[in-house]
Amino acid sequence: MPKLIKNGRVIDDAAQFLALDEGQGPEALSLPDGPLFVPLAVWQAHRGALSGRAGLGVWLDSNENVDELEGDLDSIGAIALNFPKFTDGRAYSAAALLRSRYGFKGEIRAIGDVLRDQFFFMQRCGFDAIQPKAGKYSDAQLEEALASLKDFSTPYQAAIDQPEPLFRRAQRAA
Amino acid sequence: MYRYDPYDQKIVDERVAQFRDQTRRYLAGELTDDEFRPLRLQNGLYVQRHAPMLRVAVPYGLLSSTQVRKLAHIARTYDKGYAHITTRQNVQFNWPELKIVPEILAELAGVEMHAIQTSGACIRNITSDPFAGVAGDEYLDPRPWCEVLRQWSTFHPEFAFLPRKFKIAVNGAHQDRAVIQCHDIGLELKRDAAGEIGFRVLVGGGMGRTPIIGEEINAFVPWQHIITYNEAILRVYNRHGRRDNLYKARIKILVKALGVAEFKRQVEEEWAFGKDGANTLTEAEVARVAAHFTTPAYETLPGEDAGYASQRAANTAFAAWARRNVLAHKVPGYAIVVLSLKNPATAPGDITAEQLDLVAEWADIYSFGEVRATHEQNLVLADVKQADLFALWEKARAAGLATPTFGLLTDIICCPGGDFCALANAKSIPIANAIQARFDDLDYLYDIGDLELNISGCMNSCGHHHVGHIGILGVDKNGEEWYQVSLGGAQGNHTSIGKVIGRSFAAAEMPDVISKIIDVYRAQRLDGERFIDTVRRTGLDPFKLGVYGEAAIIERKQHA
Ligand code: HEM
Ligand code: SF4
Repeated sequence: MPKLIKNGRVIDDAAQFLALDEGQGPEALSLPDGPLFVPLAVWQAHRGALSGRAGLGVWLDSNENVDELEGDLDSIGAIALNFPKFTDGRAYSAAALLRSRYGFKGEIRAIGDVLRDQFFFMQRCGFDAIQPKAGKYSDAQLEEALASLKDFSTPYQAAIDQPEPLFRRAQRAA
Repeated sequence: MYRYDPYDQKIVDERVAQFRDQTRRYLAGELTDDEFRPLRLQNGLYVQRHAPMLRVAVPYGLLSSTQVRKLAHIARTYDKGYAHITTRQNVQFNWPELKIVPEILAELAGVEMHAIQTSGACIRNITSDPFAGVAGDEYLDPRPWCEVLRQWSTFHPEFAFLPRKFKIAVNGAHQDRAVIQCHDIGLELKRDAAGEIGFRVLVGGGMGRTPIIGEEINAFVPWQHIITYNEAILRVYNRHGRRDNLYKARIKILVKALGVAEFKRQVEEEWAFGKDGANTLTEAEVARVAAHFTTPAYETLPGEDAGYASQRAANTAFAAWARRNVLAHKVPGYAIVVLSLKNPATAPGDITAEQLDLVAEWADIYSFGEVRATHEQNLVLADVKQADLFALWEKARAAGLATPTFGLLTDIICCPGGDFCALANAKSIPIANAIQARFDDLDYLYDIGDLELNISGCMNSCGHHHVGHIGILGVDKNGEEWYQVSLGGAQGNHTSIGKVIGRSFAAAEMPDVISKIIDVYRAQRLDGERFIDTVRRTGLDPFKLGVYGEAAIIERKQHA
């Protein structure tokens, strides 16, 4: 079963990801059972039918706009943000926006080209679930990679995981 | 200057540990080249022609003598005995071995230094006025603000993978000495009419293949909000900057595409959410940081030291150096000294380990133990007593660091070019040295007066050729190295982008071309007119005529 880092631990995860093929519209809907992430377009086309379905998440690609989910967040349990390449940093802003501006409390999952050397940044921006591609890391490597969540113990700036900057958190001597 | 507290030290130490592990995994084959590249770049590590090249951060150009000694030690122990001062006030080593880079970073961490974010698509080292705190025309000292921004930008989790690199410069004086108009964000520190401290914010400047002068998006952001305002700019850029084409990914392209008014609207819409939030600066934090930049223990001295005046009268070589490389200091009896790294025998900006050790020693004896690096690739001792200038000059001269040409034609800004850089179209260092050799007569150079000549080995413009009064750009024609010449560029308050004068030249022609340009200037100039002002007044035609001859002008007119 695919692995997922959730709240700092490696767990098994059964969620499936629905993807539209090239040229395929979001109209047709045949959904597998169980926990599932659907693309933004599918969610938008079938909002009524999908709302409240247990274990339903929506996934967005890096060029899709989280602002479009603003009115829907109460009916979505989880949002996955795709990193098509790990150097595409848009999802960091997307996650931070979901947490801060839109107050989203559900799971935010990093998917796609997700590498351990970015775990720390992801966690700081509000990702509580991190899912490297299947096969990217062996089970042992993934356990080892948890260390990257703790690369830095006391960051300077405010972010989602630590909403106060160091200068407000600590009494620093001049 | 700023000294680390245990928090600062821990972050740098943890970085060393992180990079040590990343390097280990890379060498063990666990990280691919593509995966390792951004990691090493964010540690200033490029892989170049000969070896990896390590760029060490010098935040806003400020170094302690202890740090300078460490750089000397690194140059000697891990490199080939020299270092290079870059146009972004950083220090570069050209020959370190990849597997020992973690060792070098550990050495740097021992003296409160690092290579964090000196490269890569992130917020880079923040640059500033090399005369901060000592210039007479300063409104406010930019250094505490640079430090506040340095801490904010270090490992900012949201902005580690921007569309492209991001450079911020801060200036706090009447004269812009930090090229703020050619940065992604340029900040002018000032007071408003009510006496409040804040920043004029420019955005979207840059050089590279599309040189653009930054535009003002806010005339005055009060100091409390400077972090949240920067975050708003960066968030808009991170979300909407182009990622499909490396050459169109800088913020300047986004600002141009949207127009500055629309860009500003988006930024201020974003800012409305962050403004007054946790990142709002506190008086206590600014005071804490500013306390590191106290005025040194200056003596009360006469404005004109009598000995200094007689030494100049007695020694023409000293007088020449004093005239060019010694600048007015805001405190009576003190002077700012530029230690030139433009010795014609070496690459502009290069300095040996022995010279670094000497500079550290002089800093301790004469200048409160501090040194500054300039974007013009020189070093500065900012607080020298006039009475000590002669002794310092004798030592600097003996060490090859007293070339008396600051601000003159041969004080060339020059990128590493084809000798070191894998992206180069052409070499740049030999061109600089050939021009320096041609113009070796000091009286002639002084007669030509203030002139900035900048050379880049390719369109990336690391050598600032766009803003050189004379700019030289290496171009590739069928695999051969050629050089294109532009005139009329300038940095500072009247920043402008130079215009190309015509077809390019072979390397061997370059000294003659520069001679011809200088001849035209000397024939055309009005009394006391600087080179750049002549170019602005006459336009390029007289220079084209002088360089290409009558035939080229007629031919061009016929084609027009
Ligand atoms: C040898 C390795 C180097 C490489 C591969 C390199 C690469 C680049 C590239 C690709 C750009 C263009 C960026 C853009 O327009 O988006 C650039 C710009 C620049 N680089 Fe370098 N560079 C190198 C060394 C240096 C050095 C040694 C300096 C300082 C002496 C330097 C200073 C700059 C500056 C000031 C710019 C212009 C920034 C701007 O466009 O606003 N670079 N470099
Ligand atoms: S301008 Fe071009 S040749 Fe010069 S250092 Fe930059 S990338 Fe290399």
